[in-house]
Amino acid sequence: MKLRGWRELTPGAVVTEAGSALKFKTGSWRADKPRWIEDNCIHCLFCWAYCPDMAINVKDGKRGQFNFDYCKGCGICALECPGKKGNKAIVMEEEGK
Amino acid sequence: MGMNEKRIVAVTGNEAVAEAMRQINPDVCAAYPITPATDIMQRFTSFVSNGKVKTEMVLVESEHSAMSACVGASAAGGRVATATSSQGLALMWEELFIASGTRLPIVMALVNRALSAPLNIHGDHSDGMGARDCGWIQLWSENGQEAYDNMVQSFRIAEHMDIRMPAMVCLDGFIISHSIERMEFLDDEIVRNFVGEFKTTNPLLDIEHPVSYGPLILTDYYMEYRRAHAEVMSKVKNIVLDTAKEFENISGRKYGLFETYRLEDAEIGIVVLNSAAGTTKDAVDIFRDKGIKAGLLKPRLFRPFPYEEVGEALKHLKAICVLDRADAFGASYGPLFMEIASALYKYKERPLMFNKIYGLGGRDYMPGHAEEALSELAETAKKGVVKTYIDYLGVRE
Repeated sequence: MKLRGWRELTPGAVVTEAGSALKFKTGSWRADKPRWIEDNCIHCLFCWAYCPDMAINVKDGKRGQFNFDYCKGCGICALECPGKKGNKAIVMEEEGK
Repeated sequence: MGMNEKRIVAVTGNEAVAEAMRQINPDVCAAYPITPATDIMQRFTSFVSNGKVKTEMVLVESEHSAMSACVGASAAGGRVATATSSQGLALMWEELFIASGTRLPIVMALVNRALSAPLNIHGDHSDGMGARDCGWIQLWSENGQEAYDNMVQSFRIAEHMDIRMPAMVCLDGFIISHSIERMEFLDDEIVRNFVGEFKTTNPLLDIEHPVSYGPLILTDYYMEYRRAHAEVMSKVKNIVLDTAKEFENISGRKYGLFETYRLEDAEIGIVVLNSAAGTTKDAVDIFRDKGIKAGLLKPRLFRPFPYEEVGEALKHLKAICVLDRADAFGASYGPLFMEIASALYKYKERPLMFNKIYGLGGRDYMPGHAEEALSELAETAKKGVVKTYIDYLGVRE
């Protein structure tokens, strides 16, 4: 993407386009990566509700894979995950291992 | 032109600022009391309570919150004003940059007061000077009349569609804020017509056109935003002059980027801000009577600083003394001196210059101090040598 010059900016850095955070992929910030263990998932969607970005894909009320373009590896989903019978459906692992 | 509508009154500087705010009737004011500015918002809140204005008055728990509320209200699309002093301004610090970087045309009266420690409540420019590079426009005022006139004009300047920047109107704590003087108020209708209806840019409350304020701007765009800010600042002086011209039409009072007093044919000159200029003008007259060609320049628009015009106005002098009511504690020249030195730097032949730090913490600036500076100037011009580049005026040894 060609970077704009100073004459082409919106005054005061105001963002006039709704939903433009979609264009800002923050996945590269990640140091720890969540792993989804489908067998332990009860599809409560707590992870989706707590995710501060939009890194949890949901379809037809069921949780899907992570969207790693937006996952910064904060670990909130793993913390909130109730799992099944004490076994977490999300665990954090070091990125690149 | 409404010249007959003026009201001649005897009021304090704070009353004058509060009166301007009443006439302008901002949508939102958020403030926290601090001496010597307290009086402005105290008077203004009674205007709110008595139904004299329609302003939403937000009483907050600190100046940090006061400026935060002003930022929010301004981004929402309102005309916003506040007032503060000293520590209050210091506590607003991070919000000052947010207001300017977000291009929010907030108007704030700054009743200049010394910063702690040691704790002091009196007139001193260290607050305003500390905030000189926070991206705000600054207009400085010699007396209550100028503070009132600058308040009225600053809304027009800040809200101008080519500018949209916050503006600070500075007046000396106690010396001006609490002293009663004769001044002329304009008719409410005239002020309202002059200031005009508030126009919005990207208001948050326009739900048909949703916008986000305050995004993260990293290495890829931060410099471009700063460059754009600088471009806006470069337009301010012309808007200030245009506004002054229109203001003269309704008030009969002339304003420029700065005021000169007997400067055109002067050989020596004093540069000084705010209330001390009045005393200095009297001393200039005394020296003129003695046959010494003395003059004065008093900056009004301090940010953005009109280097070119100030340089042209001062370049013919043999010697200049810049008086600073803000100290850099021996680590530097005073802030006004540095601007004057910068304004004259480009000239091959330039006046000799020295800097005097005076009036800190409200220390009286007496006619004798002005005469002392003028005598040293006359001596400097005669000998062609500067005795001391930087020194204090009126300090006990």
